[in-house]
Amino acid sequence: MGLTLFDKIWDAHVVAQIEGGREILYIDKHLIHEVTSPQAFTGLQSRNLPVFRTDKTIATADHNVPTINQHLPIEEPLSAKQVAMLVENCKDFGVELYGLGHPNQGIVHVIGPELGITKPGMTIVCGDSHTSTHGAFGSIAFGIGTSQVEQVLATQCLLQMKPKKMRITIDGDLPPNVLSKDIILYLLSKLGTGGATGYFIEYAGSTIRALSMEARMTICNMSIEMGARGGLIAPDEKTFDYVKGRAFSPQGALLYEAITYWKSLFSDEDAIFDKEIKYSASEIAPMLTYGTNPGMGIKVDQQVPIQTDHESPESFSKALNYMGLKSGQSLEGMSIDQVFIGSCTNSRIEDLRIVADFIKGKKVAANVKAQIVPGSKQVEKQAIEEGIAEIAEAAGFEFRQPGCSACLGMNEDKVPRGKYCVSTSNRNFEGRQGPGARTLLASPLTAASAAIEGKIVDVRKYPS
Amino acid sequence: MKKFTKVTSSAVPLPIENVDTDQIIPARFLKSITREGFGENLFRDWRYDQSHEPKSDFVLNNDIYKGSILVAGANFGCGSSREHAAWALVDYGFQVVISSYFADIFKSNALNNGLLPIRVSEDHLEEIFKAIESDPNASFTVDLENQSLLIAQTENLIQFEIDAYKKMCLLNGYDDIDFLISKRDEIEKFESTYKVY
Ligand code: SF4
Repeated sequence: MGLTLFDKIWDAHVVAQIEGGREILYIDKHLIHEVTSPQAFTGLQSRNLPVFRTDKTIATADHNVPTINQHLPIEEPLSAKQVAMLVENCKDFGVELYGLGHPNQGIVHVIGPELGITKPGMTIVCGDSHTSTHGAFGSIAFGIGTSQVEQVLATQCLLQMKPKKMRITIDGDLPPNVLSKDIILYLLSKLGTGGATGYFIEYAGSTIRALSMEARMTICNMSIEMGARGGLIAPDEKTFDYVKGRAFSPQGALLYEAITYWKSLFSDEDAIFDKEIKYSASEIAPMLTYGTNPGMGIKVDQQVPIQTDHESPESFSKALNYMGLKSGQSLEGMSIDQVFIGSCTNSRIEDLRIVADFIKGKKVAANVKAQIVPGSKQVEKQAIEEGIAEIAEAAGFEFRQPGCSACLGMNEDKVPRGKYCVSTSNRNFEGRQGPGARTLLASPLTAASAAIEGKIVDVRKYPS
Repeated sequence: MKKFTKVTSSAVPLPIENVDTDQIIPARFLKSITREGFGENLFRDWRYDQSHEPKSDFVLNNDIYKGSILVAGANFGCGSSREHAAWALVDYGFQVVISSYFADIFKSNALNNGLLPIRVSEDHLEEIFKAIESDPNASFTVDLENQSLLIAQTENLIQFEIDAYKKMCLLNGYDDIDFLISKRDEIEKFESTYKVY
């Protein structure tokens, strides 16, 4: 019987099998950040242990950093303390840190790929659920809790049960102005937030193959929103081209050797998945969420439903009540207050280029506060060099410094109570962007058009 | 980690699906660098209003419901990987969470902190909610050794699944880290035979 892409990578990393079906899984790269690591370092200290493999551990500050005046001390005392703790821990334990002000700093899932830390065939973990992003390179990447962060720091390993495998195949051409974010929001609307619990997803099909690396990352990023442990895509020439020449990429003969190996990473024709689902790209449209979980999404020209299969009537009406929306209502044409372009889902250079192309020469509507928060220092630098920052500011967007920002509202970037924010991030939970904030998840193009028009519009009606 | 053997208690009902980690503990309260104190902000935005007054309609503010068992709707703990969600539940005093479905990372985080997630069928969940509805003091007994949950009111004894290794950890108060550290030699041997690019 053939092997899946997932099996090939997983099996190569099993140190030992133990009773009861658990396996000791070796981790190639461990990414850490300020929010989920302090208690893990404290654990190491109390056990008097060093970091087992410092060369496989990289840290950055992203979750609660301010997105303006990053050269000044952090004003909010608790955030300042957490970031200072990270600096201290990294120094004490000998871990490489891309902290505030470092040219490599940024959202942990943006910097991994852009520095060439993320490569095919790897196992990658981080104390953050959107670690699934890195799966776009054909790696097994998943989020872990702080106790597991401590385990990996201490042993470079985790105890894991091998998850089940699911393949989602999407074939055909996407309609104009429909982006990879729309694909994943569409999948979520079909499968719900628990639809892939217990599975690791492989995304396949001609639609996925045709996507750029950055677009693939957006899809893998939100795998966790369907309850999956992670998502991955078989590496191909696009993957190899992307990885080549980056700071942590292999070079010369080693690169050649690596690519030869990476080319063996695909699901065999006779591989068996525990579950298979197929969709056609032509049925996908610009998507928006209307509720308080990412599975509550509709096509831009549809109406808010009366009920879904995934929520009980009580939960459903609680969500609509929070959002201030009614069944049967259209989102298209609805007035909005804020636009957030950022987060590890959509803050890479390609996302910013899409936004810049759309807003160039236009003005943000008077009723809208619009922000672009680049995913990393490198994205920020590139956006300035390419004139994107200038286009954004001329249009009336704020162009901020890198960090997680309004994705989770840990810093001062929050959406005020009751306000509607069209956001390119990944979660629309109650209070996620601030207490009482109402989030509508969408693609960068739908978000950009909402900023300019001051309301939700169907981007298919614009030239692509 | 504290040993877990048997719990007999009344339960707190939270019949809502998809309770996500941002509800269990909102991100703005994640700034602590220790594991303690998160219980204060457990379910913060459901529990307190804008002026930080307790909301009378939320179950944790209703004195008739008490106990160390939380019973919640399907897909409990979805969302982020933050272990703070498990810490907050433990810090508040919960030892058991019952639901018909748990998000993966939450389940693993809970088990790593001595909080037992028990998955029951939809029908059993319904039965448990009904028992609490008819009597807020309805008592439940969780016996980890025998993997059973007793609904005293209906005398229904439900068996639940837990993997053998995790059960051993909970019963003895061990964590994965103790186990992994004991395997360091094997891990080093693995490293010497394995190549990554
Ligand atoms: S951008 Fe948002 S989802 Fe991504 S790592 Fe930061 S907080 Fe998490």
